[in-house]
Amino acid sequence: MGKRSVQLDELISQEYRHGFYTPLDVDAVPRGLSEDVIRLISAKKQEPAFMLEWRLKAFRHWLTMTEPRWATVRHPPIDYQDIVYYSAPRAKTDGPKSLDEVDPELLRTYEKLGVPLAERELLAGVAVDAVFDSVSVATTFKEKLGAMGIIFCSFSEAVQNHPDLVQEYLGSVVPYTDNFFATLNSAVFSDGSFCYIPPGVRCPMELSTYFRINAKNTGQFERTLIIADRGAYVSYLEGCTAPMRDENQLHAAVVELIAREGAEIKYSTVQNWYPGDKDGKGGIYNFVTKRGDCREANSKISWTQVETGSAITWKYPSVILRGDNSVGEFHSVALTNHWQQADTGTKMIHVGRNTRSTILSKGISAGHGSNAYRGLVKVAKSAAGARNYTQCDSLLLGDRCAAHTFPYIEVKNPTARVEHEASTSRIGEDQLFYCQSRGISAEDAVSLIVSGFCKEVFRQLPMEFAVEAQKLLGVSLEGSIG
Amino acid sequence: MRIGPDEPCVPGLLSAYPSLAARLPGAALPWLRRRRDAAIERLAARGLPTTRDEDWKYTSVAAIARRAFGVECEAVALDEVRAMVQRHAIGGTRRLVFVDGRLVAGLSDAGRLPAGARVESLATIADEGGGDAEEWFADGADGADGFGLANEALWRDGAWIDLAPGVELDAPVHLLFVTTRSDLAVFPRNLIRVGAGARATVIEHHVGPDGAGYLSDTVTRIVLGRGARIAHTKLQQEGRKGFHVADVAAEQGQDSAFVSHAFAFGGQLARAAIATRLGAEGCEARLSGLYVGSARQHIDHHTCIDHARPRGTSRELYKGVLDEAARAVFNGRVIVRPDAQRSDALQSNRNLLLSEEAEVDTKPQLEIWADDVKCAHGATVGQLDADQLHYLRARGIGESDARALLIRAFAADALAGIEHGPLRARLESLLPGALPEAV
Repeated sequence: MGKRSVQLDELISQEYRHGFYTPLDVDAVPRGLSEDVIRLISAKKQEPAFMLEWRLKAFRHWLTMTEPRWATVRHPPIDYQDIVYYSAPRAKTDGPKSLDEVDPELLRTYEKLGVPLAERELLAGVAVDAVFDSVSVATTFKEKLGAMGIIFCSFSEAVQNHPDLVQEYLGSVVPYTDNFFATLNSAVFSDGSFCYIPPGVRCPMELSTYFRINAKNTGQFERTLIIADRGAYVSYLEGCTAPMRDENQLHAAVVELIAREGAEIKYSTVQNWYPGDKDGKGGIYNFVTKRGDCREANSKISWTQVETGSAITWKYPSVILRGDNSVGEFHSVALTNHWQQADTGTKMIHVGRNTRSTILSKGISAGHGSNAYRGLVKVAKSAAGARNYTQCDSLLLGDRCAAHTFPYIEVKNPTARVEHEASTSRIGEDQLFYCQSRGISAEDAVSLIVSGFCKEVFRQLPMEFAVEAQKLLGVSLEGSIG
Repeated sequence: MRIGPDEPCVPGLLSAYPSLAARLPGAALPWLRRRRDAAIERLAARGLPTTRDEDWKYTSVAAIARRAFGVECEAVALDEVRAMVQRHAIGGTRRLVFVDGRLVAGLSDAGRLPAGARVESLATIADEGGGDAEEWFADGADGADGFGLANEALWRDGAWIDLAPGVELDAPVHLLFVTTRSDLAVFPRNLIRVGAGARATVIEHHVGPDGAGYLSDTVTRIVLGRGARIAHTKLQQEGRKGFHVADVAAEQGQDSAFVSHAFAFGGQLARAAIATRLGAEGCEARLSGLYVGSARQHIDHHTCIDHARPRGTSRELYKGVLDEAARAVFNGRVIVRPDAQRSDALQSNRNLLLSEEAEVDTKPQLEIWADDVKCAHGATVGQLDADQLHYLRARGIGESDARALLIRAFAADALAGIEHGPLRARLESLLPGALPEAV
């Protein structure tokens, strides 16, 4: 392919736009991890005894585990004793009652990110449970939701106010023994979001959490728990950006979704954490465990993700299709540029009869980026009539990037139909030529083609997110032709 | 399933080695002896693979590890074997027959070979001084698993096929490996070198009696010179209680073509690893396979197509038909290395499940490190198409005939590209017996 112009190089090597650091008073526990630190976290959060028990069980189990090595990602060893496991913005009062009481420093941070809470609240109709480092600072629209019986609050509040729900569902999808990072999270998680939709209620607005990593050297360990009771519906948005940082930061979140009979959960993520600079220095290590459980019949869980950030992404949003006729979906765009590495995919575990799943994965690699789809479609003996369709496409931009596909397909029932298709190619010269001969510049043409490549996934995103996702791709990729 | 150190298979092989070493072919060659010794040492350290090894995730070899196999060949009554050889002979071929791991000259007939062509017993070559074998004996065995190591240490014979540049073998070479006894482990090793522009067809055929629980652990190494072409057909018809572990690896020179067909019908546990490295520009690799399992058979295929240099083309199609409690594993790996621009790779794996108990684990895997490539793969698992069945039945074809017809049609694709008429005819006649009875 032809030489790349200086202009294109500039576009590819564009630096992270969200790089800034908000100095705040931080209330942190000492560096490192021990039973004492966990007791301290639990005490700070005034948790009931069952939570402390659970954390300690997880911690003791974690000590017996070793870090997984199978992903196609490389990183220097992580020193788990060099991490601050809890850091909360120091409360100036007893906690903000409204937006006016929120630390203006914080609000400005959101402003720079383009999530002005006040504006969003009014214009976008989005209830934002903003996680700044570890503790929720503002939860909006709570009253309106409360009137419908919907509980949408920070995890700590849920532990205080709805301990019965937390105790019933916590760890029921991702047990504390699940994997190295999930177990670590179970031991030390500081906050996150909790959502419960009562039977028959259709949540009238998109629920959204803006995750943010701020203080230096704090790993962020959120835990999200969403329960859609019988016949309920909820659409949940998770968006992430982080300021520029030279040291690598560990992020090990856990998300658990539970859909009961006839319920539907739609979970969308745009992840744009700091990916490291163009030489691969710095960036977030994003090791996340996300799993949904279609626990009862006719339920549906759908994951949509746009992953453009993080130095390393290691994440497999999965669905356990236990209820008969339940449906699982996974739509993903993962983009890696510079030295980013992504090892992502999904697991669809078909247990119930006539369960269906769709997997649509679009990987884009540029620069030295490495992008792997790793997925499992498992059809248990009980899953008569199960159906899966998987499509994984990779687009390569630049001759030093990599794209891998590792689909595992395990079928134990003869009435199942499983189809997997994957393709890898680069942007067609003919497509570029076609656009350019019509007066579209090279970078616009690439942007256009990439947008087209991702269209099927973006279509799944709620509107505001789709716009943001398009913008993010544009920034990270526009003109990346090699 | 973990394989404990006290399982008898590996210790049995290790303890047999010291007394056997001096009698193995090429014992007088120091370099060969060193290789065997080193392999035994690594086998002792590594043991057999377990399901914790990613390459063996779905295939437990515990059933092999639990058995003690003898490695001593006893004299075989030729008359008993002769009937078996006749049954499996393929017309119009040059035949080498190996019984219990060793060439039996009386049953073999390589015919008149053109100048520059050698088709011989590897044991003979080794005993005569090894020729220039040392340099191409090396096969990167450092990464070999326990089976590869056992073969390297304990091989007693196999075929040595060496074609000088430009030599074309008119008739295929039929290598027939017959294992006759239960509790015997055989380690055939074949070395095939095809010089620049040379062409050959090789049929590697493994058979054994149904009642015998033996282990056939084979290694085949193929080196293709510039513009060379080899068609390698592996026909696995081991006895129903036999264990079969095979490793076929080809290294391709510029503009060479490697055509591989793998048919797996027999064995209680059969594994075949088939790999080719497109090590120079403009190579072509065509891999196809058909596996048919019933009863409690476990059939595993691991293929690897390594596009190491630019402008390589590969095509792969594997099909499987599984009935009763059979289980099939397919792992197809396609690698495109950083410099292998303009690679073009297509891969497909299709499976037909005919019973409640059958199981398929498939993993078509792409690893792409270059951008100017065209790669695609696909995998399907399903049952017979109800519409197609209906179509046939609406035209007065009974259900069982209709099913048989559809299964036959599904499998027939794998025969495409088999050029040797008698081989094709043999496979066509094998299919109805190998394929499950219509239910």
